[in-house]
Amino acid sequence: MKTASSIALAFGALLVFAIPRVAQADLDCLGCHGDKVDAGVFGASLHGSLKCGDCHSTIKDYPHPDPATPVKCESCHTGEAEGLVGSVHANRAEHPCTSCHGDAHAIFPKSDPRSAVYPLNIPRTCGNCHGNDALANKHGLPNVYPMYLDSIHGFALSREGLLVAANCQSCHGSHHILSHTNPQSPTYKSNIPKTCGSCHAGITANYLGGVHGKAVASGNLNAPVCSDCHTAHAILQPTEASFRMQSTPICGSCHKDKLSTYRDTFHSQLGSLGGYVETARCWDCHGAHDVLPASDPKSPIAPANLVATCGKCHAGANTSFVQYQPHANARNRKLNPALFYTRLFMNLLLAGVLTFFVIHTILWLVRSRYQQVKTRSAKGGNNG
Amino acid sequence: MADLQQAAEGKAQSHAGERYFMRFTRAQRYMHAVLFTTFLGLAATGLPMRFSESFWARRFASGVGGFGTIIFFHKFFAVVLTVAFLIHLKEVFTRGLVHREKGIFWGNTSMVANWKDVKDLFSHMRWFLGLGLKPQFERYAYWEKFDYWAVFWGMIVIGFSGYAMWFAPFFARFLPGWALNAVLVIHSEEGLLAILFIFSIHFVNTHLRPDSFPMDMVIFTGVESEEEFKIKRPEEYQRVAAEGKLETRLAVKPPLWLLNFSKAVGYTSIFIGLLLLVLTLSAYFGS
Repeated sequence: MKTASSIALAFGALLVFAIPRVAQADLDCLGCHGDKVDAGVFGASLHGSLKCGDCHSTIKDYPHPDPATPVKCESCHTGEAEGLVGSVHANRAEHPCTSCHGDAHAIFPKSDPRSAVYPLNIPRTCGNCHGNDALANKHGLPNVYPMYLDSIHGFALSREGLLVAANCQSCHGSHHILSHTNPQSPTYKSNIPKTCGSCHAGITANYLGGVHGKAVASGNLNAPVCSDCHTAHAILQPTEASFRMQSTPICGSCHKDKLSTYRDTFHSQLGSLGGYVETARCWDCHGAHDVLPASDPKSPIAPANLVATCGKCHAGANTSFVQYQPHANARNRKLNPALFYTRLFMNLLLAGVLTFFVIHTILWLVRSRYQQVKTRSAKGGNNG
Repeated sequence: MADLQQAAEGKAQSHAGERYFMRFTRAQRYMHAVLFTTFLGLAATGLPMRFSESFWARRFASGVGGFGTIIFFHKFFAVVLTVAFLIHLKEVFTRGLVHREKGIFWGNTSMVANWKDVKDLFSHMRWFLGLGLKPQFERYAYWEKFDYWAVFWGMIVIGFSGYAMWFAPFFARFLPGWALNAVLVIHSEEGLLAILFIFSIHFVNTHLRPDSFPMDMVIFTGVESEEEFKIKRPEEYQRVAAEGKLETRLAVKPPLWLLNFSKAVGYTSIFIGLLLLVLTLSAYFGS
């Protein structure tokens, strides 16, 4: 009996303490609003110690006006509200706090997996709008959510559950999100190295020492930053075949002459066929982040380093072998005279032989056919 | 000619109907078979590399397993063709220099061009225009000799430049740096010339022209009818007849299976060749 009564006592205590922080007055509210507000979840949430009236401050009596005045979160969260001012989400009617933070009666700390802004939940939260084609079109934005999900950051987050994997707010911030055209934005072109560098510090240091990093730092915004090569949302593992296949044209979008001469070489010819992604791409020779001119002794394409650089793929590369010009232009007589005349000779040979024999063969065909028809009709005449 | 006569011996028999004469030995036919199969293979694997930006090259590459497969087969066919070429060289030198066989390096039966070829070329072209009589060709006509030497030269040029790329670090020991750039230009242009020439000029001259249409079977069966022999190579026919050696060249009419087999192989090759020609031209003028 003693056991039974203590169980009953514990059960009673549980009933009393299960909703420990909901006051009697609020229980009155829940009498009607219990269908919308789960007292248990609310009680456990960040705002569980607050009374209904703390937020719904305009409601004093019953019956009360319907609909109620919207809750003003900024009466407590002043910093966040200030952040929103001037941001892309500044319009509070379009972007109420709950559009990101979720159910107002179930707000949890961002370290809590139940929170809509828990790192692993952020992409889905943002994706509610930014994974929506109609919305993307309306605002002239790319539909970034699916791109992100398939990116290396997205995989790290969704597959590995890696909390440090970059999610939306790692790069864009949270309340004070600015357009990438705003120089204050962490996604403004010249700020991107710093933004990515907040995680990729080593790579960023390399990058800042290279020609591209220096150019951007000196204000040349034509030079590429991280996202120009890696893209912003659909970032791939750089050793992946698809990245190796897609990236040469990215370098070529600025270095047009170099892309054109690269395309003439065997490196490009076999590289573009796929299935053989090892073929030298731009950064295999030039370096990826710390690109340096050939005149810099630290550059992998500095004359003294060429044997080592080419030797990464070509075992047995020697000083004569590295005289090969990976960007030779057979159409330029001044730069590559030997190659120019080789190509000219081969083209003349090709054109000469084919021209002569095409004429020869066509004349022959016509004459043979004429002869054949004539002979046959002559025979037919005789037989007749 | 000794081997031709030997090959024909024992096969000679009197026919009530048309007589057949031996033109190519078994070894020569096999050499041509190796030559055109490896050539088709080299063209089919080389063109996707030459025109790697074209849609069909990428489709083909992804269909067969990418560049790795393509270059593997390209090198495989190249090695087979190189071996065949070396065998041919050995044959020529053995017959010409060791056995001192007449007619290898000079004369009516030689592949080496002579004054008659020059005259034949000009009189042939006069005949095209209706300005003269058709020349009387000997065993090898001038365009056949051109085919032979074009392949011979192409083999050396394409082969050398190809091996220079395959073993670039080795060749770099004695070639200047720019030569490593030049070999790709040489290889691809000469290869393109060979492909365009064989799949258009050679096909038409040898197989598709009215006298041989749709295909000259002599390279597959080795024999041709007396009428063909007389019409196509009248001077050789008269010479052999004058020497009284026609009988030694007599052969049996090719069996039906050989004709059908040859047709299947030949038509397939011509089809593949013409397909590659169309793809080449589309990529060349499309880019």
